[in-house]
Amino acid sequence: MATIGQRLLSGLRRQGQHGRTSLELAGLSLVTLLSALITLLGLLGLFFGLVSMTTSVIENSRELTNGYRRGAKAWAGITIEVPYRAQPGRQASEPDWVRKLRSFGGPALAGQRRRAHHLLGDPATWRDLVWMLLNPIAAVLCGLLPLALVMYGYAFLAGPAVWVLVSGHQPYAAPTGFWDAVRWPTSGMGDLVWLAIPAGLALTFGLGAASGPLLRAQFLFAKSLLGPTGSTQLAERVQELTETRAHATDAQAAELRRIERDLHDGAQARLVAVGMTLRTVERLLDTDPAAVRDLVVEARETSAAALQDLRDLVRGVHPPVLVERGLVDAVRAVALDTPADVTVEADLPGAPEPPIEAAVYFALCELLANIAKHADADHATVGLGHTGAVLRAWVTDDGRGGATDQDGGGLHGVRRRLATFDGTLTVASPPGGPTTVTLEVPCVLSSPKTSTSFGPGSRGC
Amino acid sequence: MRVVLAEDLYLLRTGLARLLSAYGFDVVASVATGPELRAALAEHEPDVAVVDVRLPPTNTDEGLKAALAARQERPGFPVLVLSQHVEQLYARELLADGVGAVGYLLKDRVFNDDQFIDAVRRVADGGTAMDPQVISRLLTGKPRRGPLAELTPREREVLELMAEGRSNAAIAQRLHLSGSAVTKHTASIFGKLGLPPSDDDNRRVLAVLTYLNG
Repeated sequence: MATIGQRLLSGLRRQGQHGRTSLELAGLSLVTLLSALITLLGLLGLFFGLVSMTTSVIENSRELTNGYRRGAKAWAGITIEVPYRAQPGRQASEPDWVRKLRSFGGPALAGQRRRAHHLLGDPATWRDLVWMLLNPIAAVLCGLLPLALVMYGYAFLAGPAVWVLVSGHQPYAAPTGFWDAVRWPTSGMGDLVWLAIPAGLALTFGLGAASGPLLRAQFLFAKSLLGPTGSTQLAERVQELTETRAHATDAQAAELRRIERDLHDGAQARLVAVGMTLRTVERLLDTDPAAVRDLVVEARETSAAALQDLRDLVRGVHPPVLVERGLVDAVRAVALDTPADVTVEADLPGAPEPPIEAAVYFALCELLANIAKHADADHATVGLGHTGAVLRAWVTDDGRGGATDQDGGGLHGVRRRLATFDGTLTVASPPGGPTTVTLEVPCVLSSPKTSTSFGPGSRGC
Repeated sequence: MRVVLAEDLYLLRTGLARLLSAYGFDVVASVATGPELRAALAEHEPDVAVVDVRLPPTNTDEGLKAALAARQERPGFPVLVLSQHVEQLYARELLADGVGAVGYLLKDRVFNDDQFIDAVRRVADGGTAMDPQVISRLLTGKPRRGPLAELTPREREVLELMAEGRSNAAIAQRLHLSGSAVTKHTASIFGKLGLPPSDDDNRRVLAVLTYLNG
């Protein structure tokens, strides 16, 4: 247990750190002011056709503000999200040299103009500029001024008052003006000089204690300008929804094409064969009974194969066990079919919405299939739980690890499909294992299956 | 032999009833929903029930639940469960009580009426009839190491048929082997898997399935 002395000491140390941070931020604010002025100069460049100067100045200032955003997290634990709009027509997967080649020569200037247009049209650019101009004021008001008053309380009020009281001697002449009174506040106080001690201590320790909140205030001010505005956040959300919707519709279309192809090449073709065989049987019935027997056997076998095709297809579209038993037992059924030894630990008080249920089911199938294919694992555990309106599923295996979710991989596909439901996928897979993949999908659970309504054809999930 | 039949699709229900009647079974009730099935089982106390897993009104596993409930009330009550798909999960639940007299088959097995009727009789007599697909998935789901890997291909075939619930005579006929050859194979399989040998068909199949489920 910390004694009062220790607590006082750690409090002082913290205040010392706050003071140092305030000084650093004040220094940094000079840099941002400078950057603001340079940016303004860069904007002037537009009038002389120096487009590239403008864009590079703005981009450099973004480096600075991004640094400050990261710093806010490190210094005060305040998260400031990057508000910039995505560059149009610039794909992240495109290597740098391709981009340079693409913009070589003539198109380069058009590209620069487009870029400048994009940067100047982004409200975040102007908000950055305003912040860079105002930041020094915030740094002074929230950092330097309080720091100065802390010093002042100790060195100009409490300290001299103690000296006067102890020595009985007033070293300074009575003040002759306002600044004199500020510089030597104790000189004109006469017998009331002792009052300067509590006043000074109050100033020093009061503002000292406020140093943390003041520092936070400075970052919150920055957040109000450097963070995304409501409309930017909305725009980002719209962008995200547009992308996930595109993925969802693409996936759905691909799925329908797959089903069509499977039906066409599988069950449909086999039923045609059965029909033809039966027609032949009809014709041979009287003339060649021996051949008929073989043909009938063949027809029966073909129809059984058609059924198997349909069964496999149905399993891929919507597994019957999911309809009959819900997510947990469906996952248990898959676990039983997986070569590795799989334990299922599930605690779901109800059932998620059918689309989410199916998405999570297929995601877990994919993860278990991955384990069978790549992980070389003896044992895996599947967990399912629901806390705080989030459905969480995880798969851990004791395989070789090193799994990634790079573009085009299976895990990437799972992540994209979950994104349709605002779901996320995280992979922890150090080389040598163990690998843990966690899925999280926000959703509410309906009441348990047994209490579902009874209506003709209702599926009860 | 008195049978209660539960199947929601009209064509299949009437087809099955006709098939069972043709082979001399007495179909005392053929019903289409879970509640009707429960009522029929309580009323008729049949010798065997042939039940579809999925039944209205919920269209979930209502038939399976009714079958399991009936077996809880009357341990060893013979039930043959039919489905469009087979799951190891359901097979385990049916076998869990360890008393036999259960069957679990794909609906397509009805195509081969001899074998289907054989399965119904086997179950009614307290035997077991597991779908070949359940058994093959049990076997492919197993790790490639261990005693199963030491079986010869022929022994594996015998094991699969044994796990389906077939008698030595049926296995011999199916694989075109002599009865003594099958006895030799089964003894060798039991030795390799470390199971106690047994002549009783039912105890034998349960031992094998327990081993495979373990």
